[in-house]
Amino acid sequence: MATESKAGSGDFLNNLGKVYGIYAGGFLAFVAVLAVLEQIGVPDRVLGYLFVGFTILVYAIIGVLSRTAQVSEYYVAGRKVPAFYNGMATGADWMSAASFVGMAGTLYALGYDGLAFVLGWTGGFVLVSVLLAPFLRKFGAYTVPDFLAARYNGNLVRLLGVIVLVACSFTYVVAQIYGTGIIASRFLGLDFTVAVYAGLAGILLCSMLGGMRAVTWTQVAQYIVLIIAYLVPVIILSAKNYGIPIPQLTYGQALQDITAREQEIVAQGLNVANTLKPHVAAFLTYDRLNYFALILCLMVGTASLPHILMRYFTTPSVRDARKSVAWSLLFIFLLYFTAPSYAAFAKLEVYTNVIGQSLDQLPAWISTYSNLGLVKIYGVTLQGLAGSIGAVKAAIAAGAADMASVAVTLQSKGLTSELAAWSANVDPVKAVVFDAVKANAAATAQDIFNPAIHAAATAAGNTTNLLGHSGLSIDNDVIVLSTPEIAGMPYVIAGLVAAGGLAAALSTADGLLLAIANALSHDIYYKMVDTNAPTARRLTVARILLLCVAVLAAYTASTKPADILAMVSWAFSLAAAGLFPALVLGVWWKRANKWGAIAGIIAGFGICLYYLIGTRYYAVGFYEMWSGLSGASEAAVTKYNDLKAAFEGAAPEAKAAAWKAFDTHAQTIANWFGVRNISSALFGLPAGFIAMIVVSLLTAAPSKQMQDFIDEIRRPKGKELMEGGNLVREIH
Amino acid sequence: MAGPDTEGHWRATSRLMWIALAIWAFFAFVIHFFVNTLNEIVILGFPLGFYMAAQGSLIAFVVLLFWFARRQNAIDSEYGVAEEE
Repeated sequence: MATESKAGSGDFLNNLGKVYGIYAGGFLAFVAVLAVLEQIGVPDRVLGYLFVGFTILVYAIIGVLSRTAQVSEYYVAGRKVPAFYNGMATGADWMSAASFVGMAGTLYALGYDGLAFVLGWTGGFVLVSVLLAPFLRKFGAYTVPDFLAARYNGNLVRLLGVIVLVACSFTYVVAQIYGTGIIASRFLGLDFTVAVYAGLAGILLCSMLGGMRAVTWTQVAQYIVLIIAYLVPVIILSAKNYGIPIPQLTYGQALQDITAREQEIVAQGLNVANTLKPHVAAFLTYDRLNYFALILCLMVGTASLPHILMRYFTTPSVRDARKSVAWSLLFIFLLYFTAPSYAAFAKLEVYTNVIGQSLDQLPAWISTYSNLGLVKIYGVTLQGLAGSIGAVKAAIAAGAADMASVAVTLQSKGLTSELAAWSANVDPVKAVVFDAVKANAAATAQDIFNPAIHAAATAAGNTTNLLGHSGLSIDNDVIVLSTPEIAGMPYVIAGLVAAGGLAAALSTADGLLLAIANALSHDIYYKMVDTNAPTARRLTVARILLLCVAVLAAYTASTKPADILAMVSWAFSLAAAGLFPALVLGVWWKRANKWGAIAGIIAGFGICLYYLIGTRYYAVGFYEMWSGLSGASEAAVTKYNDLKAAFEGAAPEAKAAAWKAFDTHAQTIANWFGVRNISSALFGLPAGFIAMIVVSLLTAAPSKQMQDFIDEIRRPKGKELMEGGNLVREIH
Repeated sequence: MAGPDTEGHWRATSRLMWIALAIWAFFAFVIHFFVNTLNEIVILGFPLGFYMAAQGSLIAFVVLLFWFARRQNAIDSEYGVAEEE
């Protein structure tokens, strides 16, 4: 190791195993203490606060202890993070709130087709190691755009790189902060906005003072919490139900039981709406094209996301960078190969004890999540009923005499949230709510839950008193969150899961924020605005920008933007199409030049963005222009034309509703060859490669100096080509 | 002093890259084309096609990465371009 090390950090680095061993043991002891507290009667809410408060405090302490005034410590943790620990940090960096809380739910809902995410989010690391990370490590940059600027001579490519980086990272970080808000508000009962800003404070404490160095060591701590939290509940469940504490093995039996139960459900006439999709059967949600396109886009996206690539800038050597990718994938694998077992166990529970049960005897966990609006029985939730009761009371107070006048009254009083709660019900449920409140002003949601679900079931055509398959809808997040309760575990395990989800969200948010802020402070400020800035000023600017980006992201999250979760999945396609060709060809094809890179980034990113926005926000226009390429069936086209005619002929007051129906349908057929927009890099990626290759060949070959430079990054031996964020020698 | 054989090194590196990508492509895509056929084989309750997507391919990726790191190190040493310890 050629880098200087301070006395204190040297001791720390030499004792990593001991430090994190004690930490992991301490965390388990902490869980045990809370379990004891629960037994002696400490309330759940207090336990929840202790869990989350304690873990965030530990991260913050690590963050503050890792503060630094050195540029290389701030940007790349001094390049002395051992491969094994960098693997853990990358695991936490990579696994987001969506992986931790949502992945099992996706697998529950989609069965085999959901495995595209499991494959896509792991296999990409092969591309990282084989094609990119070791070479970028040898180059010695602080940021991904740094490499692009050096390889493609100049700040134009750097600027394009920063634009793509910000485009794919910002919505992603907003979703993480949104995730911290959801978890904290659900488990601690905090107000969502307060929870978002509390999460923001946690993130800033971990990253602002120590940059990459602080983020690295907190991410290792967060990985330990999140993996323990993910494995413990499902291991207990497996031991309890199958006698073997290896859920990844025992869920094979659950799969068999699910298949058997699926056939019973159909035989019992509980699948009248034909909503049941056999769990292990392939290509029922995604067709083959979309399944494989999604895998490809997620994998290539993984290999192009800057917050992942920059983690490998922190290892001591090129050799360690390669080893570190392997460790990363091992640590990520531990979670991803467990997720399908969560899905299988939850599905077996639902198919055995919920579907086909009497509507009056649903398990207790259903009402827990119904209260949060996350489990719907024929569209009815306790949360929705509570809102509707409030709406009816307000309407009666304002003079509404019968059910029909409730909506009008609420409208005239401008009570929009009450109106929305009320309008979400079908008419028979409205009648149940109205009559109950009329008869007894103190009626609660719990009181009218059973009559309401019966009314809703009848309205949906089910008069059997048994819950049919189509009658149950479960939010994705519930699968992981409810497992402790379903298995009858104490609350302390649920608190553990919350702490794990929070660790996953915070660690990913840290990494993304740092990637964005570093690109702005290093690439834009230092490289393009003030190239002579002294070290102290560079670090001050870096910290101020980090703060600004974090506050902006938290503010955006606090407004609960509607499409935020969908936009996260766009990040992979945008990164893949925008950055992958320029990065890979930069290492593997000497003939690639500046103009080729510019054309490649613009074409790849541009087409990807056009497809995403066109198919989502301008679906009608997109379909009109490209109807020849659409994968729409004949029936879908007929429906499109009918809805179009209905919209054009609609009366002025019905225009909005007609447009909504028209636009919603158009979104299903606005595509090229039926490819879903989550896989838009299927078009952007080849476009980027082709544009880059063609334009490179049409323009002059890179100089001899550049060719030598490429040779040097291909050889592990020798010094890095950048030092302190500047090229060791100029390349022309 | 004769420099290390950098061209030989890059040839060997490129060959390893193609081998690694071929294995990757097999476990990422090719094997899953046959999911319906593989699902007829059931081991410990797991239909094989489902198992490959849920675990099998993932294990292959992890093993591949550790193997790749070792092979590439060997190539670097063989051609004299490895980093000093």
